[in-house]
Amino acid sequence: MRTGISLKFGRIPYILLGLLIALLFVIPLFADVYIIYMVINILILSLFALSVNLLLGYTGLLSFGQAAFYAAGSYGCAKILVAMDSPSLLPGVFGGLLIAGAVALVLGLLCVRHTEIYFAMLTLAFGMMIYSLALKWRSFTGGDDGLVGIPRAPLEIPGLFSLNMTPMENYYYFVLVVSLIAIFIFYRLVNSPFGLTLQGIRDSESRIPFAGISVRNYRLICFVISGLYAGLAGALLPPLENTVTPPVAHWEHSGHGVLVCLLGGIYTFAGPIVGSLVFFIVKDIIVRFTEYWLIWLGIIVLILVLALRGGVVGTLQERLFPRFGARLAKEAASERTVEN
Amino acid sequence: METIVYQGLIGLSYSMYLWLVAAGLTIVFGVLGVLNFAHGALYMLGAYVAFTIYGMLGLDFWLALFLSVVSIGLLGGIIERFFLRPIYDLELPYQLILTYAFILIFDDMVKMIWGPVFRIPAMPGFLQGTVSIFERAYPIYNLFILGVGVAVAVLTWLVLGKTWWGKTISACVSHREMASAMGLNVPLLLTTVFMFGTALAALGGALSIPMRVVVPGLGALVIVQAFIVTVIGGLGSLKGAFIGALIVGLLSSYGVLLIPVFELFLAYAAMALVLLIRPQGIFGGK
Repeated sequence: MRTGISLKFGRIPYILLGLLIALLFVIPLFADVYIIYMVINILILSLFALSVNLLLGYTGLLSFGQAAFYAAGSYGCAKILVAMDSPSLLPGVFGGLLIAGAVALVLGLLCVRHTEIYFAMLTLAFGMMIYSLALKWRSFTGGDDGLVGIPRAPLEIPGLFSLNMTPMENYYYFVLVVSLIAIFIFYRLVNSPFGLTLQGIRDSESRIPFAGISVRNYRLICFVISGLYAGLAGALLPPLENTVTPPVAHWEHSGHGVLVCLLGGIYTFAGPIVGSLVFFIVKDIIVRFTEYWLIWLGIIVLILVLALRGGVVGTLQERLFPRFGARLAKEAASERTVEN
Repeated sequence: METIVYQGLIGLSYSMYLWLVAAGLTIVFGVLGVLNFAHGALYMLGAYVAFTIYGMLGLDFWLALFLSVVSIGLLGGIIERFFLRPIYDLELPYQLILTYAFILIFDDMVKMIWGPVFRIPAMPGFLQGTVSIFERAYPIYNLFILGVGVAVAVLTWLVLGKTWWGKTISACVSHREMASAMGLNVPLLLTTVFMFGTALAALGGALSIPMRVVVPGLGALVIVQAFIVTVIGGLGSLKGAFIGALIVGLLSSYGVLLIPVFELFLAYAAMALVLLIRPQGIFGGK
């Protein structure tokens, strides 16, 4: 049985959440550049995994083409930053975001005609078309060398202020604020009537039309929003790395997004975020002992699929805090009675 | 004109290579309903096993083929019995992710054992040289692949259509419960089908070693080729995979002539187009 995604928290989780956000804001005060760089990567991966999970966990669609939108965001942002006379961060990031959204709208119109395996295959095909463009359209994308020399442009609003982004911690704060806003919007979205409708489609596709709801339109909107989140994640990358290369568009990158969701738990809100954290921690620990860390990731995934399908978050909810879970269930139940 | 025919022959041998890659994938999907992402990784393992026996130990090419097919077939049996069987009833994403995990494991395992470098062993003596077609050199190896491809097509058709094993499989596909009620050991049958599929993957991999590079990461590359072919022909349809392989092989060999840079793009576009217009593929049922 699937656990409900929207959970009403008591007061304690809010306090914990506040502490966590406070911690994120003070990290640059004591951590070295490597840690800051890692946390930026975790935030970017979180946004990417959330985009995968909006389709996978909330709507029941497995996409192997999310990397294409990520790449659209990355290449779009990079192109804009390189083309500008005096590069500015916001047009780059939001330009990349909008380009990814536009690509998602066009491909979404075609992709949402299918579900299940055909949806997975169709997104794979479109994703790889974009990958082959990134790889072969040398004059525009730089081929397998990718785009290089992308500036980490200052964050500025003309006439108001201009912030230098060259120090890693400044860029960290930018990514952090953007991610927190995006995650908050995501939370509101999936707990809105729109989000509930998506879960309804996932659980009972045949009944939703009886409520007068167009399944295809909802899937399309969901697909575009998911593309926007992947695009945002991608657009935050080039200013960090100063370069973009074709592997960001490859289907294996999409696959990693799916794995991260599974690590954290696909039927939970926080799953993809926790999954990203676990992904980087596991990687960081294992590569200290062996460079072949993907074997271990593969084994972890096998165990998750065979035994712990709730992922980290889902399993914690079910097993470690059964009482907490029970209380949540009770709260949810009483709320339902109130609604009735 | 000669260019067209010659390029067609090159395309045909590429088609047969694609067919060998896709055949096992489509049989497994048709019978078990599982889209095996690890098919490409098993192909890669088959190539490495054959490479070790033939290229490194210097033993007979045929022996290398045989041992590679048998060992990877057995490995397939283990994967099906202990990993796939418990999750047949779960939703689709879990099956795909499970088989995807094997790509990660096998890819890194190969790097660990054989190193991250490219490997190309010498061509076996009897496959060396070329024949002349329109005064152009056509490798004997390509002829060999053409022959093997057709032979495998005929053999699988005979095995699945004419033998007792093949007939129980079709019984199992159309009426699983009835087959089980008639005393067929259905789970065991599914294991043998999966073994057959992986053995075919290994055969494709082992046959490819004299011509194509053996390198880690091959699995992810091969599986998308196999997806393109099987989707175009129709997932689960053996005849479809054969026709799909012909289409993709020829498309790619002529595509190289017409638009050399976007040959890859063309193949994916064809796959997307088929999915949009006729998702069950050219020969898919329903």
